[in-house]
Amino acid sequence: MQYLLLIYRNESYLTDMNAADRQKLAGEYGAYTQSIIQSGHFKAGDGLQPTTTATTVRVRDGKTMTTDGPFAETREQLGGYYLIEAKDIDDAIAIAARVPEAKRGSIEVRPVMIYK
Amino acid sequence: MIAATDIDKVFRDEAGRALATLIRLVGDFDLAEDALQDAFAVALERWSSGEPPDNPRAWLVNVGRNKAIDRIRRQAAFRGKQQALLHELALNAQGPDEPLAMLDDDMLRLIFTCCHPSFAAEVQVALTLRTVCGLSTAQVARAFLVGEDAMAQRLVRAKQKIRLAGIPYQVPESDALAPRLDGVLAVIYLVFTEGYVATSGTDLMRPDFAAEAIRLGRLLDRLMPDRAAIKGLLALMLLHDARRAGRETAAGDIVLLEEQDRSLWDRAQIEEGLALVDDALRVPGRPQPYVVQAAIAALHARAPSYAQTDWPQIAGLYEVLLRINPSPVIELNHAAAISMVDGPARALDLVDAISARGGLDGYEMLPAVRADLLRRLERKQEAREAYAAATGATQLEPLRRLYARRLREME
Repeated sequence: MQYLLLIYRNESYLTDMNAADRQKLAGEYGAYTQSIIQSGHFKAGDGLQPTTTATTVRVRDGKTMTTDGPFAETREQLGGYYLIEAKDIDDAIAIAARVPEAKRGSIEVRPVMIYK
Repeated sequence: MIAATDIDKVFRDEAGRALATLIRLVGDFDLAEDALQDAFAVALERWSSGEPPDNPRAWLVNVGRNKAIDRIRRQAAFRGKQQALLHELALNAQGPDEPLAMLDDDMLRLIFTCCHPSFAAEVQVALTLRTVCGLSTAQVARAFLVGEDAMAQRLVRAKQKIRLAGIPYQVPESDALAPRLDGVLAVIYLVFTEGYVATSGTDLMRPDFAAEAIRLGRLLDRLMPDRAAIKGLLALMLLHDARRAGRETAAGDIVLLEEQDRSLWDRAQIEEGLALVDDALRVPGRPQPYVVQAAIAALHARAPSYAQTDWPQIAGLYEVLLRINPSPVIELNHAAAISMVDGPARALDLVDAISARGGLDGYEMLPAVRADLLRRLERKQEAREAYAAATGATQLEPLRRLYARRLREME
Protein backbone atom coordinates (compact mmCIF):
# COMPACT_ATOMS: atom_id res chain seq x y z
CA MET A 1 0.00 0.00 0.00
CA GLN A 2 1.02 3.59 -0.50
CA TYR A 3 0.95 6.11 2.32
CA LEU A 4 1.60 9.84 2.35
CA LEU A 5 3.55 11.00 5.39
CA LEU A 6 2.70 14.65 6.04
CA ILE A 7 5.28 16.38 8.20
CA TYR A 8 3.80 19.02 10.48
CA ARG A 9 5.95 21.11 12.80
CA ASN A 10 6.20 24.61 14.20
CA GLU A 11 7.93 26.75 11.61
CA SER A 12 9.18 29.35 14.03
CA TYR A 13 11.79 27.08 15.56
CA LEU A 14 13.30 26.61 12.09
CA THR A 15 13.71 30.35 11.57
CA ASP A 16 15.21 30.66 15.05
CA MET A 17 17.70 27.87 14.35
CA ASN A 18 21.41 28.62 13.96
CA ALA A 19 23.32 27.54 10.85
CA ALA A 20 25.01 24.56 12.51
CA ASP A 21 21.71 23.11 13.79
CA ARG A 22 20.07 23.66 10.42
CA GLN A 23 22.88 21.80 8.73
CA LYS A 24 22.59 18.99 11.25
CA LEU A 25 18.84 18.66 10.54
CA ALA A 26 19.51 18.62 6.77
CA GLY A 27 22.05 15.86 7.36
CA GLU A 28 19.51 13.82 9.35
CA TYR A 29 16.95 14.16 6.55
CA GLY A 30 19.58 13.13 3.98
CA ALA A 31 20.48 9.99 5.94
CA TYR A 32 16.81 9.15 6.58
CA THR A 33 15.89 9.53 2.90
CA GLN A 34 18.84 7.35 1.85
CA SER A 35 17.80 4.65 4.33
CA ILE A 36 14.21 4.45 3.05
CA ILE A 37 15.40 4.46 -0.56
CA GLN A 38 17.62 1.51 0.25
CA SER A 39 14.85 -0.35 2.10
CA GLY A 40 12.60 0.12 -0.93
CA HIS A 41 9.95 2.21 0.87
CA PHE A 42 10.65 5.56 -0.80
CA LYS A 43 8.44 6.69 -3.71
CA ALA A 44 8.79 10.49 -3.49
CA GLY A 45 9.46 13.23 -0.99
CA ASP A 46 10.06 16.97 -0.75
CA GLY A 47 10.47 19.76 1.72
CA LEU A 48 8.31 22.85 1.33
CA GLN A 49 9.10 26.56 1.51
CA PRO A 50 7.63 28.22 4.63
CA THR A 51 3.93 29.15 4.87
CA THR A 52 4.88 32.84 4.47
CA THR A 53 5.32 31.95 0.79
CA ALA A 54 1.93 30.18 0.51
CA THR A 55 -1.03 31.37 -1.55
CA THR A 56 -4.47 29.84 -1.05
CA VAL A 57 -6.77 29.68 -4.09
CA ARG A 58 -10.58 29.36 -4.13
CA VAL A 59 -12.97 29.58 -7.08
CA ARG A 60 -16.44 30.92 -6.20
CA ASP A 61 -19.08 31.69 -8.84
CA GLY A 62 -16.43 31.23 -11.50
CA LYS A 63 -14.17 33.84 -9.93
CA THR A 64 -10.68 32.99 -8.74
CA MET A 65 -9.86 34.44 -5.36
CA THR A 66 -6.48 34.24 -3.74
CA THR A 67 -5.41 34.84 -0.16
CA ASP A 68 -1.96 35.28 1.28
CA GLY A 69 -0.89 32.36 3.47
CA PRO A 70 -2.06 28.83 4.24
CA PHE A 71 -5.70 27.66 4.40
CA ALA A 72 -5.77 27.34 8.19
CA GLU A 73 -3.77 29.04 10.91
CA THR A 74 -2.58 26.23 13.19
CA ARG A 75 0.15 25.65 15.73
CA GLU A 76 1.97 23.28 13.41
CA GLN A 77 2.42 23.79 9.70
CA LEU A 78 2.92 21.40 6.81
CA GLY A 79 6.63 21.43 6.06
CA GLY A 80 7.17 18.50 3.74
CA TYR A 81 6.06 15.02 2.79
CA TYR A 82 7.17 11.54 1.86
CA LEU A 83 5.22 9.18 -0.36
CA ILE A 84 6.09 5.64 0.69
CA GLU A 85 5.27 2.05 -0.22
CA ALA A 86 4.64 0.00 2.93
CA LYS A 87 3.31 -3.47 3.75
CA ASP A 88 0.62 -2.20 6.13
CA ILE A 89 -0.10 0.56 8.65
CA ASP A 90 2.35 -0.90 11.18
CA ASP A 91 5.14 -0.72 8.61
CA ALA A 92 4.09 2.85 7.71
CA ILE A 93 3.95 3.93 11.38
CA ALA A 94 7.45 2.56 11.97
CA ILE A 95 8.79 4.55 8.99
CA ALA A 96 6.92 7.69 10.07
CA ALA A 97 8.36 7.41 13.58
CA ARG A 98 11.87 7.67 12.10
CA VAL A 99 11.25 10.98 10.26
CA PRO A 100 13.75 13.34 11.95
CA GLU A 101 11.11 15.91 12.91
CA ALA A 102 8.75 13.31 14.43
CA LYS A 103 10.58 14.07 17.69
CA ARG A 104 9.48 17.71 17.57
CA GLY A 105 6.41 17.89 15.37
CA SER A 106 3.92 15.27 14.20
CA ILE A 107 3.64 13.04 11.16
CA GLU A 108 0.20 12.40 9.72
CA VAL A 109 0.03 9.02 7.99
CA ARG A 110 -2.60 8.87 5.24
CA PRO A 111 -3.30 5.88 3.00
CA VAL A 112 -3.35 6.84 -0.67
CA MET A 113 -6.66 6.19 -2.43
CA ILE A 114 -6.68 3.46 -5.04
CA TYR A 115 -8.89 4.02 -8.10
CA LYS A 116 -10.38 0.88 -9.53
CA MET B 1 -33.47 -31.11 20.86
CA ILE B 2 -31.79 -28.06 22.32
CA ALA B 3 -33.52 -25.12 24.00
CA ALA B 4 -33.37 -21.68 22.40
CA THR B 5 -31.62 -20.28 25.48
CA ASP B 6 -28.88 -22.92 25.14
CA ILE B 7 -28.44 -22.02 21.49
CA ASP B 8 -28.12 -18.39 22.55
CA LYS B 9 -25.41 -19.38 24.99
CA VAL B 10 -23.49 -21.28 22.30
CA PHE B 11 -23.72 -18.24 20.01
CA ARG B 12 -22.53 -16.00 22.80
CA ASP B 13 -19.60 -18.30 23.68
CA GLU B 14 -18.53 -19.01 20.14
CA ALA B 15 -19.37 -15.80 18.25
CA GLY B 16 -16.04 -14.07 18.86
CA ARG B 17 -13.90 -17.07 18.06
CA ALA B 18 -15.87 -18.14 14.98
CA LEU B 19 -15.77 -14.56 13.71
CA ALA B 20 -12.01 -14.35 14.32
CA THR B 21 -11.39 -17.37 12.09
CA LEU B 22 -13.88 -16.27 9.44
CA ILE B 23 -12.19 -12.87 9.15
CA ARG B 24 -8.87 -14.57 8.41
CA LEU B 25 -10.48 -16.93 5.90
CA VAL B 26 -12.48 -14.33 3.97
CA GLY B 27 -10.14 -11.39 4.59
CA ASP B 28 -12.93 -8.91 5.30
CA PHE B 29 -14.63 -7.90 8.57
CA ASP B 30 -18.01 -7.04 7.10
CA LEU B 31 -18.26 -10.13 4.92
CA ALA B 32 -17.25 -12.32 7.86
CA GLU B 33 -19.86 -10.71 10.12
CA ASP B 34 -22.61 -11.11 7.53
CA ALA B 35 -21.62 -14.72 6.88
CA LEU B 36 -21.62 -15.51 10.60
CA GLN B 37 -25.11 -14.01 10.96
CA ASP B 38 -26.21 -16.27 8.09
CA ALA B 39 -24.66 -19.24 9.88
CA PHE B 40 -26.48 -18.35 13.11
CA ALA B 41 -29.78 -18.28 11.21
CA VAL B 42 -29.14 -21.77 9.80
CA ALA B 43 -28.02 -23.03 13.22
CA LEU B 44 -31.14 -21.74 14.94
CA GLU B 45 -33.31 -23.58 12.44
CA ARG B 46 -31.38 -26.89 12.42
CA TRP B 47 -30.26 -27.19 16.02
CA SER B 48 -33.69 -26.52 17.50
CA SER B 49 -35.19 -29.40 15.52
CA GLY B 50 -32.26 -31.80 15.61
CA GLU B 51 -29.03 -32.47 17.48
CA PRO B 52 -26.45 -29.71 17.77
CA PRO B 53 -23.01 -30.61 16.36
CA ASP B 54 -20.22 -31.87 18.65
CA ASN B 55 -18.05 -28.90 17.80
CA PRO B 56 -20.35 -25.92 17.31
CA ARG B 57 -17.50 -23.52 16.56
CA ALA B 58 -16.11 -25.63 13.70
CA TRP B 59 -19.68 -26.05 12.43
CA LEU B 60 -20.30 -22.29 12.52
CA VAL B 61 -17.00 -21.58 10.77
CA ASN B 62 -17.74 -24.12 8.04
CA VAL B 63 -21.29 -22.94 7.40
CA GLY B 64 -20.09 -19.34 7.67
CA ARG B 65 -17.41 -19.97 5.07
CA ASN B 66 -19.95 -21.49 2.69
CA LYS B 67 -22.26 -18.54 3.25
CA ALA B 68 -19.37 -16.16 2.52
CA ILE B 69 -18.70 -18.03 -0.73
CA ASP B 70 -22.40 -17.68 -1.64
CA ARG B 71 -22.20 -13.96 -0.99
CA ILE B 72 -19.00 -13.57 -3.05
CA ARG B 73 -20.61 -15.56 -5.89
CA ARG B 74 -23.68 -13.33 -5.90
CA GLN B 75 -21.45 -10.26 -5.97
CA ALA B 76 -19.29 -11.72 -8.74
CA ALA B 77 -22.35 -12.52 -10.86
CA PHE B 78 -23.61 -9.01 -10.28
CA ARG B 79 -20.38 -7.21 -11.07
CA GLY B 80 -18.63 -9.80 -13.20
CA LYS B 81 -15.46 -9.47 -11.28
CA GLN B 82 -12.66 -11.93 -11.87
CA GLN B 83 -10.89 -11.09 -8.66
CA ALA B 84 -13.82 -12.11 -6.52
CA LEU B 85 -13.90 -15.52 -8.19
CA LEU B 86 -10.21 -16.03 -7.54
CA HIS B 87 -10.86 -15.23 -3.91
CA GLU B 88 -13.60 -17.81 -3.82
CA LEU B 89 -11.26 -20.49 -5.18
CA ALA B 90 -8.70 -19.68 -2.54
CA LEU B 91 -11.39 -20.09 0.10
CA ASN B 92 -12.43 -23.46 -1.26
CA ALA B 93 -8.88 -24.71 -1.28
CA GLN B 94 -8.60 -24.41 2.50
CA GLY B 95 -9.27 -27.52 4.51
CA PRO B 96 -12.29 -27.49 6.82
CA ASP B 97 -10.38 -28.70 9.87
CA GLU B 98 -7.75 -26.31 11.10
CA PRO B 99 -5.34 -27.09 13.92
CA LEU B 100 -6.48 -25.71 17.27
CA ALA B 101 -3.41 -23.49 17.66
CA MET B 102 -4.34 -21.73 14.43
CA LEU B 103 -7.80 -20.93 15.83
CA ASP B 104 -6.28 -19.55 19.03
CA ASP B 105 -4.07 -17.34 16.91
CA ASP B 106 -7.15 -16.08 15.09
CA MET B 107 -8.65 -14.88 18.37
CA LEU B 108 -5.41 -13.06 19.20
CA ARG B 109 -5.36 -11.52 15.70
CA LEU B 110 -8.87 -10.21 16.26
CA ILE B 111 -8.02 -8.80 19.71
CA PHE B 112 -4.86 -7.05 18.51
CA THR B 113 -6.64 -5.64 15.46
CA CYS B 114 -9.51 -4.21 17.54
CA CYS B 115 -7.00 -2.71 19.99
CA HIS B 116 -4.79 -1.19 17.30
CA PRO B 117 -3.21 2.09 18.45
CA SER B 118 -4.35 3.90 15.31
CA PHE B 119 -7.89 3.81 16.80
CA ALA B 120 -8.95 6.19 19.57
CA ALA B 121 -9.19 4.39 22.94
CA GLU B 122 -12.99 4.46 22.97
CA VAL B 123 -13.12 3.03 19.45
CA GLN B 124 -10.83 0.20 20.58
CA VAL B 125 -13.20 -0.53 23.45
CA ALA B 126 -16.30 -0.40 21.23
CA LEU B 127 -14.77 -2.66 18.57
CA THR B 128 -13.61 -5.16 21.19
CA LEU B 129 -17.02 -5.30 22.89
CA ARG B 130 -18.80 -5.71 19.56
CA THR B 131 -16.55 -8.25 17.81
CA VAL B 132 -14.49 -10.07 20.47
CA CYS B 133 -17.18 -10.15 23.17
CA GLY B 134 -20.04 -10.45 20.70
CA LEU B 135 -22.22 -7.75 22.32
CA SER B 136 -24.90 -6.22 20.12
CA THR B 137 -24.44 -2.71 18.74
CA ALA B 138 -27.30 -1.59 21.01
CA GLN B 139 -25.51 -2.95 24.09
CA VAL B 140 -22.26 -1.24 23.11
CA ALA B 141 -24.16 2.00 22.47
CA ARG B 142 -25.62 1.85 25.99
CA ALA B 143 -22.14 1.46 27.48
CA PHE B 144 -21.08 4.69 25.78
CA LEU B 145 -24.38 6.46 26.47
CA VAL B 146 -24.89 7.18 22.78
CA GLY B 147 -27.68 6.24 20.41
CA GLU B 148 -27.58 2.96 18.53
CA ASP B 149 -27.32 4.72 15.15
CA ALA B 150 -24.38 6.81 16.29
CA MET B 151 -22.58 3.70 17.58
CA ALA B 152 -23.34 1.75 14.39
CA GLN B 153 -21.87 4.65 12.41
CA ARG B 154 -18.73 4.66 14.60
CA LEU B 155 -18.25 0.90 14.14
CA VAL B 156 -18.73 1.15 10.37
CA ARG B 157 -16.08 3.86 10.20
CA ALA B 158 -13.68 1.81 12.31
CA LYS B 159 -14.07 -1.25 10.09
CA GLN B 160 -13.60 0.96 7.05
CA LYS B 161 -10.35 2.20 8.57
CA ILE B 162 -9.13 -1.38 9.05
CA ARG B 163 -9.54 -1.96 5.32
CA LEU B 164 -8.51 1.43 3.91
CA ALA B 165 -5.59 2.19 6.22
CA GLY B 166 -4.18 -1.32 5.96
CA ILE B 167 -4.45 -2.32 9.61
CA PRO B 168 -3.00 -5.85 9.48
CA TYR B 169 -4.87 -8.89 10.82
CA GLN B 170 -1.97 -10.22 12.82
CA VAL B 171 -0.34 -10.50 16.21
CA PRO B 172 2.59 -8.06 16.37
CA GLU B 173 6.03 -9.62 16.39
CA SER B 174 9.02 -9.38 18.76
CA ASP B 175 9.78 -5.74 19.67
CA ALA B 176 6.34 -4.47 18.76
CA LEU B 177 4.52 -7.04 20.90
CA ALA B 178 5.13 -5.63 24.41
CA PRO B 179 3.78 -2.09 23.79
CA ARG B 180 0.84 -3.49 21.79
CA LEU B 181 -0.01 -5.95 24.58
CA ASP B 182 -0.02 -3.00 27.00
CA GLY B 183 -2.59 -1.39 24.73
CA VAL B 184 -4.78 -4.52 24.76
CA LEU B 185 -4.60 -4.70 28.57
CA ALA B 186 -5.51 -1.02 28.81
CA VAL B 187 -8.66 -1.72 26.76
CA ILE B 188 -9.63 -4.65 28.99
CA TYR B 189 -9.05 -2.53 32.09
CA LEU B 190 -11.18 0.28 30.62
CA VAL B 191 -14.03 -2.20 30.07
CA PHE B 192 -13.58 -3.39 33.66
CA THR B 193 -13.42 0.03 35.31
CA GLU B 194 -16.54 1.12 33.46
CA GLY B 195 -18.22 -1.94 34.98
CA TYR B 196 -16.70 -1.44 38.44
CA VAL B 197 -17.46 2.23 38.92
CA ALA B 198 -19.59 3.62 36.12
CA THR B 199 -18.46 7.14 35.24
CA SER B 200 -21.99 8.49 35.12
CA GLY B 201 -25.60 7.50 35.55
CA THR B 202 -27.66 6.19 38.42
CA ASP B 203 -26.05 2.80 39.00
CA LEU B 204 -22.77 2.50 40.87
CA MET B 205 -21.74 -0.69 39.09
CA ARG B 206 -22.45 -2.37 35.79
CA PRO B 207 -21.55 -5.97 36.61
CA ASP B 208 -21.99 -7.06 32.98
CA PHE B 209 -18.96 -5.08 31.91
CA ALA B 210 -16.82 -6.25 34.79
CA ALA B 211 -17.74 -9.85 33.93
CA GLU B 212 -16.99 -9.21 30.26
CA ALA B 213 -13.55 -7.78 31.13
CA ILE B 214 -12.77 -10.78 33.35
CA ARG B 215 -13.81 -13.11 30.53
CA LEU B 216 -11.40 -11.26 28.20
CA GLY B 217 -8.65 -11.46 30.81
CA ARG B 218 -9.11 -15.21 31.22
CA LEU B 219 -9.12 -15.68 27.45
CA LEU B 220 -5.91 -13.67 27.01
CA ASP B 221 -4.20 -15.49 29.89
CA ARG B 222 -5.01 -18.79 28.21
CA LEU B 223 -3.91 -17.62 24.74
CA MET B 224 -0.67 -15.99 25.98
CA PRO B 225 0.38 -17.95 29.06
CA ASP B 226 3.13 -16.96 31.51
CA ARG B 227 2.87 -13.24 31.01
CA ALA B 228 3.00 -11.42 34.33
CA ALA B 229 1.11 -8.35 33.12
CA ILE B 230 -1.87 -10.45 31.94
CA LYS B 231 -1.99 -12.51 35.13
CA GLY B 232 -1.63 -9.33 37.19
CA LEU B 233 -4.51 -7.60 35.44
CA LEU B 234 -6.74 -10.68 35.69
CA ALA B 235 -5.92 -11.01 39.40
CA LEU B 236 -6.59 -7.31 39.97
CA MET B 237 -10.00 -7.55 38.30
CA LEU B 238 -10.97 -10.75 40.14
CA LEU B 239 -9.97 -9.32 43.53
CA HIS B 240 -11.81 -6.03 43.00
CA ASP B 241 -14.87 -7.73 41.58
CA ALA B 242 -14.94 -10.22 44.49
CA ARG B 243 -15.86 -7.33 46.80
CA ARG B 244 -18.83 -6.31 44.62
CA ALA B 245 -21.58 -7.62 46.95
CA GLY B 246 -20.14 -5.65 49.84
CA ARG B 247 -19.72 -2.36 48.00
CA GLU B 248 -23.34 -1.41 47.61
CA THR B 249 -26.50 -1.45 49.76
CA ALA B 250 -29.76 -2.81 48.39
CA ALA B 251 -30.79 0.82 47.82
CA GLY B 252 -27.73 1.43 45.66
CA ASP B 253 -25.72 3.40 48.21
CA ILE B 254 -21.94 3.11 48.40
CA VAL B 255 -20.46 1.15 51.29
CA LEU B 256 -16.86 2.26 51.81
CA LEU B 257 -14.12 -0.34 52.27
CA GLU B 258 -13.82 0.59 55.96
CA GLU B 259 -17.53 -0.18 56.55
CA GLN B 260 -17.91 -3.27 54.36
CA ASP B 261 -19.19 -6.58 55.67
CA ARG B 262 -16.29 -8.76 54.60
CA SER B 263 -18.35 -11.95 54.86
CA LEU B 264 -20.15 -10.77 51.70
CA TRP B 265 -16.96 -10.96 49.65
CA ASP B 266 -16.69 -13.81 47.14
CA ARG B 267 -14.08 -16.03 48.80
CA ALA B 268 -13.69 -18.45 45.88
CA GLN B 269 -12.95 -15.59 43.51
CA ILE B 270 -10.51 -14.09 46.03
CA GLU B 271 -8.65 -17.41 46.24
CA GLU B 272 -8.39 -17.50 42.45
CA GLY B 273 -7.08 -13.92 42.43
CA LEU B 274 -4.54 -14.59 45.19
CA ALA B 275 -3.19 -17.65 43.36
CA LEU B 276 -2.81 -15.56 40.18
CA VAL B 277 -0.91 -12.84 42.07
CA ASP B 278 1.50 -15.52 43.33
CA ASP B 279 1.89 -16.87 39.77
CA ALA B 280 2.49 -13.38 38.39
CA LEU B 281 5.11 -12.60 41.03
CA ARG B 282 6.97 -15.79 40.06
CA VAL B 283 7.36 -14.73 36.42
CA PRO B 284 10.88 -13.30 36.03
CA GLY B 285 11.37 -9.74 34.77
CA ARG B 286 10.77 -6.18 35.91
CA PRO B 287 7.78 -5.57 38.22
CA GLN B 288 4.63 -4.90 36.21
CA PRO B 289 2.21 -2.15 37.30
CA TYR B 290 -0.84 -4.45 37.16
CA VAL B 291 0.94 -7.04 39.30
CA VAL B 292 1.81 -4.45 41.96
CA GLN B 293 -1.77 -3.16 41.93
CA ALA B 294 -3.01 -6.73 42.26
CA ALA B 295 -0.62 -7.30 45.18
CA ILE B 296 -2.19 -4.26 46.89
CA ALA B 297 -5.68 -5.65 46.24
CA ALA B 298 -4.48 -8.99 47.63
CA LEU B 299 -3.45 -7.36 50.93
CA HIS B 300 -6.93 -5.82 51.24
CA ALA B 301 -8.54 -9.17 50.41
CA ARG B 302 -6.46 -11.00 53.03
CA ALA B 303 -7.05 -8.46 55.82
CA PRO B 304 -9.57 -9.54 58.49
CA SER B 305 -10.69 -5.91 58.93
CA TYR B 306 -9.92 -2.38 57.76
CA ALA B 307 -7.93 -1.60 60.91
CA GLN B 308 -5.98 -4.86 60.71
CA THR B 309 -4.89 -4.23 57.13
CA ASP B 310 -1.15 -4.22 56.42
CA TRP B 311 -1.09 -0.48 55.63
CA PRO B 312 2.72 -0.06 55.80
CA GLN B 313 3.14 -2.71 53.09
CA ILE B 314 0.35 -1.16 51.00
CA ALA B 315 2.03 2.26 51.25
CA GLY B 316 5.33 0.59 50.27
CA LEU B 317 3.72 -1.05 47.21
CA TYR B 318 2.31 2.34 46.13
CA GLU B 319 5.89 3.66 46.35
CA VAL B 320 7.01 0.82 44.03
CA LEU B 321 4.19 1.78 41.65
CA LEU B 322 5.28 5.43 41.75
CA ARG B 323 8.77 4.37 40.71
CA ILE B 324 7.72 2.18 37.77
CA ASN B 325 4.60 4.02 36.66
CA PRO B 326 4.44 7.51 38.19
CA SER B 327 1.07 9.27 37.98
CA PRO B 328 -0.82 11.80 40.12
CA VAL B 329 -3.64 9.25 40.62
CA ILE B 330 -1.18 6.77 42.18
CA GLU B 331 0.23 9.60 44.31
CA LEU B 332 -3.27 10.26 45.60
CA ASN B 333 -3.77 6.57 46.47
CA HIS B 334 -0.36 6.56 48.13
CA ALA B 335 -1.39 9.56 50.23
CA ALA B 336 -4.59 7.75 51.31
CA ALA B 337 -2.49 4.74 52.42
CA ILE B 338 -0.07 7.04 54.26
CA SER B 339 -3.03 8.47 56.19
CA MET B 340 -3.45 5.01 57.74
CA VAL B 341 0.26 4.72 58.60
CA ASP B 342 1.39 8.23 59.58
CA GLY B 343 -2.02 9.86 60.12
CA PRO B 344 -4.26 12.17 58.08
CA ALA B 345 -2.17 15.33 58.70
CA ARG B 346 0.86 13.88 56.88
CA ALA B 347 -1.41 12.63 54.08
CA LEU B 348 -3.03 16.04 53.72
CA ASP B 349 0.42 17.60 53.16
CA LEU B 350 1.01 15.10 50.33
CA VAL B 351 -2.43 15.76 48.78
CA ASP B 352 -1.95 19.53 48.92
CA ALA B 353 1.45 19.12 47.27
CA ILE B 354 -0.14 17.13 44.40
CA SER B 355 -2.89 19.69 44.11
CA ALA B 356 -0.38 22.60 44.05
CA ARG B 357 1.38 21.02 41.06
CA GLY B 358 -1.95 20.99 39.22
CA GLY B 359 -1.53 17.45 37.88
CA LEU B 360 -5.02 16.39 38.98
CA ASP B 361 -7.09 19.38 37.88
CA GLY B 362 -10.53 18.07 37.09
CA TYR B 363 -9.91 14.65 38.66
CA GLU B 364 -13.03 14.13 40.72
CA MET B 365 -11.48 11.99 43.46
CA LEU B 366 -8.99 14.70 44.55
CA PRO B 367 -11.54 16.84 46.45
CA ALA B 368 -13.11 13.63 47.82
CA VAL B 369 -9.82 12.42 49.32
CA ARG B 370 -9.10 15.90 50.73
CA ALA B 371 -12.58 16.05 52.25
CA ASP B 372 -12.10 12.69 53.95
CA LEU B 373 -8.73 13.72 55.44
CA LEU B 374 -10.08 17.09 56.65
CA ARG B 375 -13.08 15.33 58.23
CA ARG B 376 -10.77 12.96 60.09
CA LEU B 377 -8.71 15.94 61.27
CA GLU B 378 -12.00 17.51 62.47
CA ARG B 379 -11.35 20.65 60.42
CA LYS B 380 -15.09 20.80 59.82
CA GLN B 381 -15.51 24.01 57.84
CA GLU B 382 -12.78 23.07 55.36
CA ALA B 383 -14.18 19.53 55.15
CA ARG B 384 -17.63 20.91 54.27
CA GLU B 385 -16.16 23.01 51.48
CA ALA B 386 -14.20 20.04 50.16
CA TYR B 387 -17.32 17.81 50.17
CA ALA B 388 -19.19 20.52 48.27
CA ALA B 389 -16.37 20.59 45.69
CA ALA B 390 -16.40 16.76 45.48
CA THR B 391 -20.18 16.77 44.95
CA GLY B 392 -19.85 19.27 42.12
CA ALA B 393 -17.05 17.25 40.52
CA THR B 394 -18.91 13.93 40.13
CA GLN B 395 -21.76 12.90 37.86
CA LEU B 396 -22.42 9.72 39.79
CA GLU B 397 -25.51 9.84 42.04
CA PRO B 398 -24.34 7.27 44.65
CA LEU B 399 -21.14 9.31 45.23
CA ARG B 400 -23.20 12.47 45.72
CA ARG B 401 -25.34 10.64 48.30
CA LEU B 402 -22.18 9.44 50.08
CA TYR B 403 -20.85 13.00 50.38
CA ALA B 404 -24.25 14.20 51.62
CA ARG B 405 -24.18 11.48 54.30
CA ARG B 406 -20.69 12.54 55.40
CA LEU B 407 -21.87 16.13 55.68
CA ARG B 408 -24.85 15.04 57.83
CA GLU B 409 -22.59 12.94 60.06
CA MET B 410 -20.41 15.97 60.77
CA GLU B 411 -23.33 18.05 62.11
